[in-house]
Amino acid sequence: MGVEEAPSGFLLTTIEDLAGYLRKASVWPVTFGLACCAIEMMAAGASRFDLSRFGMEVFRASPRQADLMIVAGRVSQKMAPVVRQVYDQMSEPKWVLSMGVCASSGGMFNNYAIVQGVDHVIPVDIYLPGCPPRPEMLINAILGLHDQIQNAPLGVNRIEAARAAEAAAMEATPTFEMKGLLR
Amino acid sequence: MSERQASEYQPLRPQPGPIGEMFAPVAGFGVTLSSMFKPTVTEQYPREKVPTQRRFHGRHQLNRYADGLEKCIGCELCAWACPADAIYVEGASNAALPQNAGLDVNADDSHGAHMSPGERYGSVYQINYLRCIFCGLCIEACPTRALTMTNDFELAGKTRAGMIYEKQDLLAPLSEGMLAAPHPMVEGTTDTDYYSGDVLGPTAAQVDWVREQRPDDPTLDAAEAVVSGKAPAPTQRQHELRPDEGPGAAEKSAGAAAVGSVRSDAGVDPAETIDASGAHTGAHLTGGSRGTEVNA
Repeated sequence: MGVEEAPSGFLLTTIEDLAGYLRKASVWPVTFGLACCAIEMMAAGASRFDLSRFGMEVFRASPRQADLMIVAGRVSQKMAPVVRQVYDQMSEPKWVLSMGVCASSGGMFNNYAIVQGVDHVIPVDIYLPGCPPRPEMLINAILGLHDQIQNAPLGVNRIEAARAAEAAAMEATPTFEMKGLLR
Repeated sequence: MSERQASEYQPLRPQPGPIGEMFAPVAGFGVTLSSMFKPTVTEQYPREKVPTQRRFHGRHQLNRYADGLEKCIGCELCAWACPADAIYVEGASNAALPQNAGLDVNADDSHGAHMSPGERYGSVYQINYLRCIFCGLCIEACPTRALTMTNDFELAGKTRAGMIYEKQDLLAPLSEGMLAAPHPMVEGTTDTDYYSGDVLGPTAAQVDWVREQRPDDPTLDAAEAVVSGKAPAPTQRQHELRPDEGPGAAEKSAGAAAVGSVRSDAGVDPAETIDASGAHTGAHLTGGSRGTEVNA
């Protein structure tokens, strides 16, 4: 029996708080630099910005030991299945940060070679604009993700939240059908 | 041949003596040890924000003239200049504002309600921050210096729709003494007078017009203080880094950037009038200051 199988109620919410606190303090990113944003991601991990202040200094080379996927750079059509495979290989719980405009929406590369947003392929938890975003912007987005992780539901609450998200996603317009500035 | 050459090789670097040879395997620790006594370079980002360079390309801002009218004339040049197609603009005629309904107002009149001086204003203004690459070409294209960039860079958000900033998110907050648009232009001026920086604050006629149309407008008192000379002429304000709002605070319900939806509560406290001399009504057309803008 894991912590996620506690019955709903007071006990579970307490565990949720504790687990969220512990999880957000040791988010390990998977090494996934695709383009120039990866340079800023490396800078964020180096001594001037020092992601290890948030327990994130180990960029894991293996997706199985990683919790966070920072998609840093433009995702080409050829890379899209690889992104998905690496995401699938990560063990739950896992989060995705879409770093930079190219990963978030295709950015200035509105052409047939680039996936118009990595959310066509994997679910994104937080979007970060910028071309490339400076390391402070990345840290800002990571802190926003920490808030989400802290408040993430567990156990039955998590199943309910997942069902609600699934239902909302089925109702929503698919990303590839979006028009105007959302395309 | 090659053996003899190898035996004759003499290194140009000075070689360590016998004691140096002994410590060679642990010499690398010297780097670690010496760095313990060097100053820390780490920036404590979320707690201590190191300011950016003054010309850092951050989020955009739509500026206002000193009397509160918007500088954007809806010409779409920024949208055309944008290499990433991140900007969407719709222009509309000032004469077609709902406040002018039933009145005989021509497009080039200075009376009647105006959102911006001249004929047209930007009725819809959207920037998609998931496309924008902060290159600044829109700033170069803007003919009225309506669009400038601030140093604010904390832009992360949870949804794609939330990352499209509407006009009310981009407009500069009204400074103390500015009168919320729409209202008429300063009497007897043309849009050229506005462009050349000759309008330095709201006038009595504008305040009267707004008092008649919107008696409970929160910017009225401060603007009246400027008109009567009790407060100095308003200066340009800009968005600041948002230290108190966490990431994702930019999320908002997508509201149409219609005429009436301009934020009038943007930090203007009518009670906070500064008692100072200057900026009399007659001073509005004296020329001089061209306004201070970010990243000019």
